[in-house]
Amino acid sequence: MSLHLILFLAFGAVCVAGAVNLLAQRHPINGALSLIAVMAALAGEYLLLGAEFVAAVQVIVYAGAIMVLFVFTIMLLNAGVEERTKGSRVAILFGIPGLLLGGILLGWVVLRHSGTEAVAAGALPGDPTTIGQLLFHEFLLPFEITSVLILIAIMGAVVLASKPPTAPARRVEG
Amino acid sequence: MALPIWVFILASVIKSAIVLGVLLTAVAYTVWLERKVVGHMQNRWGPTRVGPFGLLQPAADGIKFLFKEDLTPPHVYKPLFIAAPLIAVIFALTSISVIPFGNAVRIGGYSIPLQITTDVNTGLLLILGVTSIGVYGVALAGWSSNNKYSLLGGLRASAQMVSYEISLGLSLVGVLIMSGSFSLRAIVDAQGGHFWGFIPRWNIFHGQLIGFFCYLMAAYAETNRIPFDLPEAETELVAGYHTEYSAMKFAMFFMAEYANMITVACLATLLFFGGWHGPLFGPPILQEILPVFWFVAKVFVFLFLYIWVRGTLPRFRYDQLMAFGWKFLLPLALANLIATAIAVAW
Repeated sequence: MSLHLILFLAFGAVCVAGAVNLLAQRHPINGALSLIAVMAALAGEYLLLGAEFVAAVQVIVYAGAIMVLFVFTIMLLNAGVEERTKGSRVAILFGIPGLLLGGILLGWVVLRHSGTEAVAAGALPGDPTTIGQLLFHEFLLPFEITSVLILIAIMGAVVLASKPPTAPARRVEG
Repeated sequence: MALPIWVFILASVIKSAIVLGVLLTAVAYTVWLERKVVGHMQNRWGPTRVGPFGLLQPAADGIKFLFKEDLTPPHVYKPLFIAAPLIAVIFALTSISVIPFGNAVRIGGYSIPLQITTDVNTGLLLILGVTSIGVYGVALAGWSSNNKYSLLGGLRASAQMVSYEISLGLSLVGVLIMSGSFSLRAIVDAQGGHFWGFIPRWNIFHGQLIGFFCYLMAAYAETNRIPFDLPEAETELVAGYHTEYSAMKFAMFFMAEYANMITVACLATLLFFGGWHGPLFGPPILQEILPVFWFVAKVFVFLFLYIWVRGTLPRFRYDQLMAFGWKFLLPLALANLIATAIAVAW
């Protein structure tokens, strides 16, 4: 029971608890805060694998920028408490067998691969230099295409949210 | 030269206690300094009654905050109302843990570095991450107060902080390109030595002047200080996101703001002004202490600059503020980045 395993289980428990809480909460702001807890726990997991740069970027980008925008939207739209509806029959009909199937699949995969070694912290390179080299040499094209994709999304959002063009006022002659 | 585990833990606890004590006292006395300096700039005295030169004024303010009625208005969303100042203060104080104050000191045969954590490889990223999370304190305070003025103030403040975080990060990338590492100690060590024998090799003299000004302006906006303090100005939106807070919770927001100012000043000295490098002279015991003294002196200069700007400039209107951040500061930081990259690659 090394410290590494204990920390892994602790962060994993926080992650799963946050995810379950996200679904269980009725007020969206509580859900958003649970999601922030999930992101922070994931950053902890990355750190345990030795990926320090990815952990820091996870906190800066995901927990610190994307989730802030989620929280803005919830605050601006004044989203209130979710109302109680009767349970959906489709959800129960497909959900429970689906959950059982997923659980059996997961259990089978875990048991099948139970002999593999865990990745030791620091086994794979996680320092910013290596990531920079990979990102800007081997994976340069996907990197640039992703940035174009994000630019298209931003332009789409700006166009969708802008005011419709108003007709220019007619000048009175004479 | 690894320390045994009990020495490491003991040293970390002592360092944390000392730094926390010094930081909280510095926060209180920065408020005093601000009131005195802004007072003198406005041709009046500032606090003079409580103790000599008003030096006990922060103590009086602290006692006032402790004894004031801690009012929780009835319609606020209680969990977040109480959590928001905690978030603000916790993350404002956490970022000081990776800041190195000087070289290692030798005590009893062990060489103990003057930094609460060990020298983290990604120290700079950690500070940026912690500042990003600190935005939640402001946003959640504004929303949970259930009050249109607080909501607008909180949204404005957090939108401002998120926008200027980008320019803040980009202005630091120039320094990173020149130092080649995210670790704060490595960045300071790369600034040792002199040009032509007397000009120190600080990053600001080494080509990062524009980077420094971008950093300064972005940092003023991040900490919600004049000229960027519209979200919490006294004449705007009642008091912005901390309208409904009283007593200790308000004091926590206050502490968080000044602790952020001190962190920004520490980062500016580490990244642009050579950290603890300065002339060393005298007996060896003095030479151990002098780096810390130079560091504190430089941080003090930055705090004074913050207060000086506060007393001098008017504040931006909100649309001017956002236009400045996106249309001027961000392109300037990018241009600085490109120029530094080209200069280093040559």
